[in-house]
Amino acid sequence: MSLAIDAFTIICVAAGVFFYVAGTIGLIRFPDSLSRLHALTKADNLGLGLVALGLLPRASNFPDAFKIIMIWVLVLLSGASAAQMIGRALRRGRR
Amino acid sequence: MNVQPFLDISLAALVIGVALFTIIAKDEFSAVVAYVAYGIFLAIVWVRLYAPDVALTEAAVGGGVTGVLLVMAGKRLDVSATMVVAKKPSVAFSAFVAACSILLAGSLAAVILSLPDAAPSLAPQAAAAAQGPGAGLGNPITAVLMSYRSFDTMLEKVVLILAVVGVWSVGADEAWGAAPAPFGPATPSDALLFLAKTLPPIGGLIGVHIFWTGADEPGGAFQGGALLAAMWMVAMMARLADPPPINSRWLRLALISGPAVFLAIGVAGAMLAGHFFAYPSALAKPLILFIETFMLLSIAVALPMLVAGPAARKGVR
Repeated sequence: MSLAIDAFTIICVAAGVFFYVAGTIGLIRFPDSLSRLHALTKADNLGLGLVALGLLPRASNFPDAFKIIMIWVLVLLSGASAAQMIGRALRRGRR
Repeated sequence: MNVQPFLDISLAALVIGVALFTIIAKDEFSAVVAYVAYGIFLAIVWVRLYAPDVALTEAAVGGGVTGVLLVMAGKRLDVSATMVVAKKPSVAFSAFVAACSILLAGSLAAVILSLPDAAPSLAPQAAAAAQGPGAGLGNPITAVLMSYRSFDTMLEKVVLILAVVGVWSVGADEAWGAAPAPFGPATPSDALLFLAKTLPPIGGLIGVHIFWTGADEPGGAFQGGALLAAMWMVAMMARLADPPPINSRWLRLALISGPAVFLAIGVAGAMLAGHFFAYPSALAKPLILFIETFMLLSIAVALPMLVAGPAARKGVR
């Protein structure tokens, strides 16, 4: 059982780290701000989501697990809002 | 092989790198963004040093509130820069400033390096004091802050209020008593509006939780207050709330309530418990939490008022 949990954590966190690395490469390599924003949100949403998912079975009790989920939800909320605002500012600037 | 030291060294290098970038950044906005990142990295350093209380404060104040403060200050400077002709400082003056900075940093480093091996520390006395008058609190940091060095903690909040008074006093004479300029444009974007309607209930709850849990676990009035302040600022940026007039009574009462309650209970302690700022041991925990509640309020009001700036004349943004 603990082996299965370990394997689950390793797979999820590794997948999360993959998205973080991919997002970072995109942030550095993509040509314009909108594409960079796109890369960044992948890292935040999927990367952090998978890391949080992988850490869930390690939480010692329900409140801790709930806090891990809430961290992800809050980052989703602020990340998505910030991306929208930056995107809008970019469009205004281009006109 | 243990990778921990390598991670720590990378983290330290990262902090120094970001600090350097903050100094050499060409425009002030990049410098501010780098400074915020610097605050976040520093918070991780504090976590690695097993100081989660400091880490929370650094993340909330160093990373969050200071960042907003600097962005708003930069915006005001931009406005005034169009009026004043910007003059680049001469090379000699830059060199002089650099020399002063190096001298200051160098002497600080020399002092720290010349400390005796077992550096003088008040930690044992503080820990002992936390066992006594701060009894009942599970978080030794809060016990030390509120009991061992309670007078310092009270004065820190007074400094915060003095800062607000300082900001207010640079406003124009005819604007005195009016409200500071609103934070953002009259029609905020839908995304910001959505964020400002969704986040504050959650953030407010987390702020109060961090304050309440600060009695027994990492957290406390400053960290919680900074979060509440941030929530108010988000609401003001989305124009759901405008900064209150600086002569409003509730605003001024809320500002001074923290130190005032602290001082009143401190004086009462002189009569009831034997000396200034002593708590009757049976009542120590409820009294400390009572004081901290008002500190929370003071901090949550003072930080946004610092960001809002002085009162503005009508029609001036």
